[in-house]
Amino acid sequence: MQDFGESFRLAFALVLSADGDLIEIIGLSLRVSLSAMLISCAIGLPLGASVAISRFPGRSAVMVLLNALMGLPPVVVGLLVYLMLSNAGPFGWLQILYSPAAMIIAQSILITPIIAALSRQVIEDLHNEYAEQFRSLCVPSHVAIGALLWDARYSLLTVALAGFGRAVAEVGAVIIVGGNINHLTRVMTTAIALETSKGDLALALALGLVLMIIALCVNGAVMTLRSTAVKYAYA
Amino acid sequence: MFERTPLTIGLAALMFLATHAMPVQAGETSIILQSTTSTANSGLYDYILPIFKKKTGIQVHVVAVGTGQAIKNAKNGDGDVLLVHAKSAEEKFVAEGFGVKRFDVMYNDFIIVGPPIDPAKIGGMRDALAAFGKIAEAKAVFASRGDNSGTYKKEMSLWKAAGLDPAKASGKWYRETGSGMGATLNVGVGMGAYVMTDRGTWISFKNKAGLKILVEGGDKLFNQYGVILVNPKMHAKVKTHEGQAFIDWIIGEEGQKAIAGYKLGGQQLFFPNAQPGS
Repeated sequence: MQDFGESFRLAFALVLSADGDLIEIIGLSLRVSLSAMLISCAIGLPLGASVAISRFPGRSAVMVLLNALMGLPPVVVGLLVYLMLSNAGPFGWLQILYSPAAMIIAQSILITPIIAALSRQVIEDLHNEYAEQFRSLCVPSHVAIGALLWDARYSLLTVALAGFGRAVAEVGAVIIVGGNINHLTRVMTTAIALETSKGDLALALALGLVLMIIALCVNGAVMTLRSTAVKYAYA
Repeated sequence: MFERTPLTIGLAALMFLATHAMPVQAGETSIILQSTTSTANSGLYDYILPIFKKKTGIQVHVVAVGTGQAIKNAKNGDGDVLLVHAKSAEEKFVAEGFGVKRFDVMYNDFIIVGPPIDPAKIGGMRDALAAFGKIAEAKAVFASRGDNSGTYKKEMSLWKAAGLDPAKASGKWYRETGSGMGATLNVGVGMGAYVMTDRGTWISFKNKAGLKILVEGGDKLFNQYGVILVNPKMHAKVKTHEGQAFIDWIIGEEGQKAIAGYKLGGQQLFFPNAQPGS
């Protein structure tokens, strides 16, 4: 398979050339998946934390559901969002099908359960340590949730990154609701699918390598941020 | 709670990046063209759409899916213009009121590609029906689209005309990939199978390793593309003016010339055949 060597050469050439189209595609990938990550954190973190600290009937059913939803197939999410946003669907009037907004919605639905389920576990573990203190000080639950989320922030960063990773790597949802339209909704994964279908396997693999480099950069940036933050916190 | 730690500043920067990384598209006029992978993958649109945009300022966004899905999307009103290749399905689309009128745009032809060892001995044949008969007789591996695309519909009509039912051999020598043309060709390359493909996709396909054209030229393999404006009476959001402008252009002199002008490796991929004044 000469495709491998060719792909590595191409991948580096692509990155170094800073090709305009490639930058646009990378920019859109980051914009869509980071937005989805932020939205999912805004919903998933409080949701996960409230499930973690509250006791109510059916709680274990909710936990099982959240965990199961982590396995939502992207293509099913894409289909559901398509049917919602289609001109024949209930939200057709929004006119956002085949736009980055539709892609952000689809990815948010995909990763919110991941953020919620994982943060539920993280917060619950931490809450076991704090519970007695909260009780003795009669801390109201919304304050407790805030304190727990803040104290678990470094672990939750990893949770957010897991969500980002899932979002930036999926193709099934964005190709249906985005349509893989050149210069409008083409992201890294749909571009890879396109080049594969054109039979240009070397270029497809090269784009895959570029995607991995981006994921590496995002994770590296967050880790650096985290260690700087830790240093500040304990300085 | 939100002290100015590097963490919060970093998150704020991320948020800014996420929302401002790309300028929002300014209010340019654009239409959505529901079309097929065979035309998009061949690079035709990358060649002709800039010419159209230069003339009219209208940006055409192409959603490239199989003909069946393109028609379904258009029925849902998720597109302004439909350009596909399954004449009877297109005529049905218009007859049901989803489309305004159908126009011929261009044609090319289908070919049957396969491994050079050619186990069914169909190399050099022109009659697609006879070739399909030999493939079935030899139980030679055949990779089919197996979706609802124009190419698949054509393939089905050929099997039927040859008096054969490949579905009986589904999973044995007859393999339905359920994917696009390029993906099916990749499968064909992988298992040395026969594949029926449109010539445009084949010429632009870069992973031909191990497959070659075996059957071409017969009149049964004609591949006609048509264009239809989605009916604004069904979906008020259809951009009638811009969509009609695109259709007038592509079936007019300039668009037809642009289609004929698209060549890959010296070969013309599509042959314009709109009837003037139709």
